[in-house]
Amino acid sequence: MSNTAISVSDLSKKYGERMAVSHASFEVPLGTICGFVGPNGSGKTTTMRMLLGLITPTGGTGEILGESIEHPEKYLPRVGAMIEGPAFYPAMSGSENLKYLAELGGFPTNRVQHLLDQVGLGDRSKSKYKTYSLGMKQRLGIAAALLPDPKLLMLDEPTNGLDPEGIQEVRALLRQLANDGTSVFVSSHLLSELELISDYLVMLRKGEVVFTGKMMELMVNAQPVIIAKAAHDGDLVVLLEIAQKAGHHAVIRDGALHVEGPAQWAVEFNRAAFDAGITLSQLTPQLPNLEETFFEMTGEK
Amino acid sequence: MWRVALSELRKLRRPTLFLGTMGAVIFFSALFSSLLFLLIDSPDGNSDRGRTVGREVLGLATGVVQGFSNVGGFLGIIALCVFAAQTAQEYTYGTLRNILVRQPGRMRVLVGKFIAMNLFALIMITLSGLISVSASILLAPRAKVSTELWFTGDGRQALLTTFINITVSVIGFGTIGMVLGLLLRSPISAISFGVLWLLIVENLLIAVKNSLQDWLPGAQLTAIASGGAQRGFSDGIEYSHALLVGGIYVAVGALVASLLFVRRDVSN
Repeated sequence: MSNTAISVSDLSKKYGERMAVSHASFEVPLGTICGFVGPNGSGKTTTMRMLLGLITPTGGTGEILGESIEHPEKYLPRVGAMIEGPAFYPAMSGSENLKYLAELGGFPTNRVQHLLDQVGLGDRSKSKYKTYSLGMKQRLGIAAALLPDPKLLMLDEPTNGLDPEGIQEVRALLRQLANDGTSVFVSSHLLSELELISDYLVMLRKGEVVFTGKMMELMVNAQPVIIAKAAHDGDLVVLLEIAQKAGHHAVIRDGALHVEGPAQWAVEFNRAAFDAGITLSQLTPQLPNLEETFFEMTGEK
Repeated sequence: MWRVALSELRKLRRPTLFLGTMGAVIFFSALFSSLLFLLIDSPDGNSDRGRTVGREVLGLATGVVQGFSNVGGFLGIIALCVFAAQTAQEYTYGTLRNILVRQPGRMRVLVGKFIAMNLFALIMITLSGLISVSASILLAPRAKVSTELWFTGDGRQALLTTFINITVSVIGFGTIGMVLGLLLRSPISAISFGVLWLLIVENLLIAVKNSLQDWLPGAQLTAIASGGAQRGFSDGIEYSHALLVGGIYVAVGALVASLLFVRRDVSN
């Protein structure tokens, strides 16, 4: 039995002359939450569609739950998915829409009400889908993905349109599912969200995988930064010179000096500033968050 | 395949679609049959394209299904619209990806949907038959049409034959609707194209060159519904010819659309 939920090798998709996904290779271990990040148009949704058998890869291979992606019928009964937002029949109620999908997939329809309760739509289950807010539609999409009691859950931007409370609930739900053994593969443009819940990360840029591995590995290898503010803004230029003379890369951004260097160097920097007659109003050593690391790795702003 | 059909029926039985369609079927079946008897003495005719169907013809064993037969082509147009809308809306709503994730066997999806929609069409045809025959029986005495032969074995045979002919024709129209839905991927485009072609373009072409009616798909399917030329109401298209040419149109269309559906990437 394979211990990976998703495993792809050299997976590619070409539309005309444009490579939407280029030789992507990565693995997602079973039972983890894997964040799937990349700028718009980087190939995340195309990759997910290939994994779900909706589009045919131009090249490469892949396995989902130990089965080849050439035979989606072998693994899809154990996979829940919401791709590119929720899509349901507007004239049918939330409950009817889920029963439709349950009958289609051969899942018991008596799970429907429980799932609607689980995503907080229990009291609106009889309302027509077209009357739902964006957040409610998103919740219904998540409920639909949970219909098969999945071993692998693939969600594309699941927190789109949700309020902060809803985002927190989805985060808790995904964590609970992972604790119960479900593997979760989730894409989101809210990197702070992924940073909070992901164990694993796959990062795409222009169709190519630029990082794959544990979230901790990415963050540990990230260059720490010291952020300094002077009592007088004019002193920032002098501080920049001090940092550069000490051999550190530094930039002035948003009224503060950002110096790449270990946290310990902050003490030395503070002393040098004092010797130069500069009073610091802030001196904070910090690790870059996922968003900053993402921008650095993908070259995006 | 049966799971697809069962779930598709859940969509087809929703009140707006089911009651709306059946309401239209009841209205037009009653209208077509009523006009046949109410306008029997009208100089402008009592049947399609101003033709007159007299008391002698209506008094035959086949007279009981004359109204039903007349409405057959119209049932085909309704079927075309329903099949086209139900197929194409999966693309416009984006629900096709949900369907294929839950049922990756694409031919199974197609056949399951086809079975469900044919069941829907069968209900439509049965209801239309009931209304047409009932209206004919009710209005025949008033129009002084003899109903003696209607209740003989020949009358029952005519009813069965017409029911089968209309079913074949409606399935043909429905399949064309489904093919258009798959090819155009938009309910509005599929229905507009289908209805415009069948109601306007074909009639214009036939008006310009009458012999074209032997080769146009809508004319063949309408001829099948009315039983073909031997009954004398279809301007000369023979039943066997209509069945062959219409069958070829439907089979080729279904084959091309199925191949496209099975192989095409689902990227919306």
